Formats: sequence, C-alpha cells, structure tokens
Amino acid sequence: MAEPENLLEVQDVSLSFGGNLALNDVSFHVRRGEILAIIGPNGAGKTSMLNCISGFYRPDQGRILLQGRDGPKDLTRIPTHRIAGLGIARTFQNIALYTGLSTLDNLMAARHIHMRQSSLASALYWGRAQREEVHHRRVVEEIIDFLEIQHIRKAVVGALPYGLRKRVELGRALALEPELLLLDEPMAGMNVEEKEDMARFILDVHELRGTTIILIEHDMGLVMDISDRVVVLDFGVKIAEGTPDEIRDHPEVIRAYLGQTA
Amino acid sequence: MAIIRPAGDFDRTYPQDMALLRQPWHYGLLALALVAAYTMPLWGNAYLVSTAHRIAYTVIAVQGLNLLTGYTGQISLGQAAFMMVGGYISALLVKHAGLSFFLALPLAAVGTGIVGLLFGLPSLRVKGFYLAMATLAAQFIIPWLSRHIFTDYLGGSSGAIEVPVPQIGGFRITEVNHFLYISLTVLLITTVAVYNISRTRLGRALVSIRDNDLAAELLGVNLFTYKLRAFFIAAMLAGVAGALKAHSQRGVGTEFGYSLTDSIFFLGMLVIGGLGTNLGPFLGVAFVLLLEDLADLVGAGLAAQLPPEFAASLLTSFRPIFFGLMLMLFLIYEPRGLAHRWQILKAAWRLRPFSK
Ligand SMILES: Nc1ncnc2c1ncn2[C@@H]1O[C@H](COP(=O)(O)OP(=O)(O)OP(=O)(O)O)[C@@H](O)[C@H]1O
Ligand SMILES: [Mg+2]
Repeated sequence: MAEPENLLEVQDVSLSFGGNLALNDVSFHVRRGEILAIIGPNGAGKTSMLNCISGFYRPDQGRILLQGRDGPKDLTRIPTHRIAGLGIARTFQNIALYTGLSTLDNLMAARHIHMRQSSLASALYWGRAQREEVHHRRVVEEIIDFLEIQHIRKAVVGALPYGLRKRVELGRALALEPELLLLDEPMAGMNVEEKEDMARFILDVHELRGTTIILIEHDMGLVMDISDRVVVLDFGVKIAEGTPDEIRDHPEVIRAYLGQTA
Repeated sequence: MAIIRPAGDFDRTYPQDMALLRQPWHYGLLALALVAAYTMPLWGNAYLVSTAHRIAYTVIAVQGLNLLTGYTGQISLGQAAFMMVGGYISALLVKHAGLSFFLALPLAAVGTGIVGLLFGLPSLRVKGFYLAMATLAAQFIIPWLSRHIFTDYLGGSSGAIEVPVPQIGGFRITEVNHFLYISLTVLLITTVAVYNISRTRLGRALVSIRDNDLAAELLGVNLFTYKLRAFFIAAMLAGVAGALKAHSQRGVGTEFGYSLTDSIFFLGMLVIGGLGTNLGPFLGVAFVLLLEDLADLVGAGLAAQLPPEFAASLLTSFRPIFFGLMLMLFLIYEPRGLAHRWQILKAAWRLRPFSK
C-alpha cells in the first residue's frame, strides 16, 4: 500500500488565550519528505502552531492528523508524552535543554522512548540493560559526530555558549529519530557562520535521513533558500501558502511584512 | 564532572568509558574503604562503631531523598515519617508474623514505597513550595496515625512499641557491631543501585523532569509514572533505613524521633553534601552527624560555664543552632555542597604540579 502523500494535515485549528485568538481556523498540510517553513511577524502564532502539533497545547477546535509509521492519528487527542513515540521531535525557540546534564546525557535522555529496560533493570544494570546502554550510546555518538560536537560531549550544557546549545538541542531532537522534525527558530540569535552551519545540518538531516521538517524562521533569505514550501501566518490567520517564489510576490505577505501602509 | 586525566590514558570502548571504576586505584580505594568499614569493630571504639551504623542507615534514607529531590527535583519534607513506616512494618512482621528480619526488611521497603506513592500523588499537580506543603502532611498524618489507630499494635498514645532483635538461625543480633555489618551491607546494595539508576534510562528520565519537565514530556517521558517512581524508590529507601534504625534501637514510634526536624535535617544534609550527586549523601550525613556530636561537646562545655537556668536551654537548642549556622554558611559559600569541593580537589590533584 502506498503511503499517503501528506505526512501531516492541520485542519481548521483554532486556539485562544483568554480573548486573544492565537490561531484562527488554520489549515495546511505537510508533504512527506519536504521542508515546510512557517513564517510571519512576531506574535503571528507560529510557535503556538508548533505547540499544538507537538501536543503541548490543545487547540480549542480542529484536528491535526499525522499519517505516520503507526497509521493515522489525531494529535490533538493523544497524551503529550506519547507524541514523541509517534515520530515527532522538536526544538524550542528559547532552548529547553536539560541544563544539569552533559551533551551526551541530553542526547541519551532522548533515547528514552527507544529503550526497553525497566526501572528495576536500570537499578541492577546487568546484561541486557548494559548492552542496551552501549547500543544507544553508539547511536548517540553518531549524532555527536554528525553535528561536530565531540569536544563538548561531556560538558554540562548549562555552561555552553548559545550557538552550541542550539546545536545540542538539534542533536537531542535527532536522537529521537523522528519522522517529523519541528524547528522553532533554530538560527535565531546566531552569527552568519553559525547560521550557515545550522542550515547545512538541517539540509543534511533532510537529505540523509529523509526527515520531514517544519521550520519557523525569520531570516527570509534562508527560508527562501532551504524550504520547499512556505506557510505564512499573520495575527493567527493563514494568509498565504506556496513555493518560496509564489510567497515572495504575494501581495498579502508583502502587506503583512511592510505594515498597514502598503 | 571533571574529566581531566593524565595524557595517554583514555578509554577505548564505550563500556570502558561508561564504567564506574575505571582505573586500578579506583578499585584499590574502594577495597580499602570497604575493609576499613567492615573491620571497624576491630579497630574502633564503641562510639565509632555506633556512629558508623547511624551514618550508614541515615545515608540510605538521604540517598532516597536525593533521588527524589536532588535528581527528580521534587522536594519532600516527609522522609523521616516514611522511615517510621518502615520501622513499624518490619517490627510488626517480625513480632506478629514471625518473619525473619531479613525477609521483613525488603517487605518493609515495598510497603513504605506504597505509602510514599500515596503522598507523591500531589506532585502530579503541584510543584516546589506547594509540593513541600503537601509532603509535609505525611510528617503530621503518619505520626498521628501511629498514635491513634491499631493502638494494640502501634503502641497507641505511648508513641512507641518494642521491636524484636533480628536473628540468624539461633543467633540473636543484639550488638551494635553486628548491626554495623548489616547496615553496611545494605548500604552497599543501595549505593550500587542508586549509582546504576543515576547513569541509566531511569536516572536520565528523572533528571530531565527536574531540569525541564515540559521538554521531558515532549521527549516521551511520562511525568505521571516517573514522578511516582521517584516517590516510590525514595520511600523504599526510607523504609529500609527506618527498619535498620528500629531494630537496632529496639523500638519504633514518635518517642524515637522521626519528626519534622529529622526530615528537615535530611534536606540540610543533602544540601551540605551536594544535591543531585551520588557522593552527596555520604559526605553530608557524615559531616552533619559528626558535627552534631561535636556541637554536643561544645554545648556541654559552654553550659558548664553558665548559670544552670541558661545551661539547660542551651543544651537542648545548641544542635539546631549549630546546624542552622552550618547550612547558612554552605548556602552562601558552597551551595553545591561538599561533593563539589571534592571534585575541585580531585581536579587539582590530577593537574599537579601545575595547579597551585
Ligand atoms: N501561553 C500563552 N499565554 C497567553 N498568550 C499566549 C501564550 N502563548 C502565546 N500567546 C499569544 O499568542 C499569540 C501568538 O504567539 P506565538 O508565540 O505563537 O507567536 P510567534 O509567531 O511564535 O511569535 P515570535 O515570532 O515572536 O516567536 C501572541 O499574541 C502571544 O501573546
Ligand atoms: Mg515564536
């Protein structure tokens, strides 16, 4: 049986905080294997959208359908801690690493859902549990090599510089081996060189692992370069959707970005 | 953790890199410590032996608290009350069910774990200060219950019951020397277990809850079951410690402590030793218990110089004052505790002669 073309379908999602409508009847889809960018001015609802997909917020209305490896699932009805197991991983706009753990342990912590050992086995650390730890250590070391963070393998992440923390957070998301990767401004606050590195990692993940990616980013040049399609939000409403070229010249988008005057 | 090692000395395989004891001198040091501890009745006096026993079972209780508060970030003010539960369960099993102490001990651990689960339930809704208040309830409810329910079995208003001495075959364990062997052996087991937990799947899940519970949930950790696991294990270890204490004191109940003050002291020991480190409970408990004895000596010396009406009140209040002062000094000058000092020392030793 052929896999459905769309990995994710967001259908009529609305979310409000008090009287503030953060998402207003938003619908779009994400094709299997593409990089979809979500753009929009500050406060447009981009992060809120990601939070709904990752199960952190529950929309007031609408469905979010994942056609993943476990068959169709409505993400709005799944307990938050189960979402990762369905193949969804994310990074956060304000970095949410486990600050007291090393880089290595942050990545190992993300292997949680792939590990089978019981808590009793953890305490005994015999045979199977030990072999399992070593196996996952290997998987994690590959990601560490890939992201070129070998030198900070055992450094406590709380003390690392911002750019590296962003990179470790990407590593932690990759350690989940997701089918769908959600990146909330992975390059915000970085210098040009760091941005280029990060863009290269994202493209490599996409190419080498075939991971589908939803990317929130403010840097228009970058978005146009690396994304296959773009969704534009403004004040919680989807105002445009299309290829980077279509979006560039879209009158609504230009208006949203240039303000009311246009 | 400091990872500075001599040049040319590195791990070749992941199992090597993940091992606890990695160098010959690690094994040497461990063997030496074990021999010293187990032979203490031969070379130490009665004070040393009984203090070592007290330290051993207190470390077990504080290891439990460390797992819960240090690793999982769930503050608890009920650890002493859980010790009492363990003491009672073990005592009753030996006394009325005729079980061997060595069977009653693990059963007391599990029973106390279950009681701990109940008091851990609020952690699913509240954090920090509010959770502290909720666990404080254990510290009031459990001692109250011990005086008011099943009065025939739990001692009723007298606040204490007699606890039978453990037996192996026909041999009755009454001497503190023998209790030391038991508490050391149990401590060895709990220490290995706690070390293993801290470096494997369970430990990482617990720390991820402490460091960022929202991220942990999005990465697949079920906060509900993992917080409860932490409460269960913490209470289990308290139960073990309580059983060891009860049988060696031959009594259990509010008469024998298990008060809120004890629970607060446990937290203080943990802070002084180093919250969330495996060495912390050892360093903190030994430091505080030894210092308490010192405080008693100093307090008695001071009291001798004072008119009797002051002397009495000084004697009773000197310990907590001393403890409070220590805690404040640590919070100001070394909030990461003695374990952190130890790391600094170790790093300096490795870098010699370049460290100053
Ligand atoms: N937890 C919350 N409580 C109340 N209001 C919220 C919350 N989260 C988001 N909002 C509001 O929802 C709207 C959308 O916020 P969101 O963070 O999704 O925007 P964004 O597009 O990610 O913006 P930015 O580019 O600044 O990150 C904003 O008006 C914001 O104030
Ligand atoms: Mg945002």
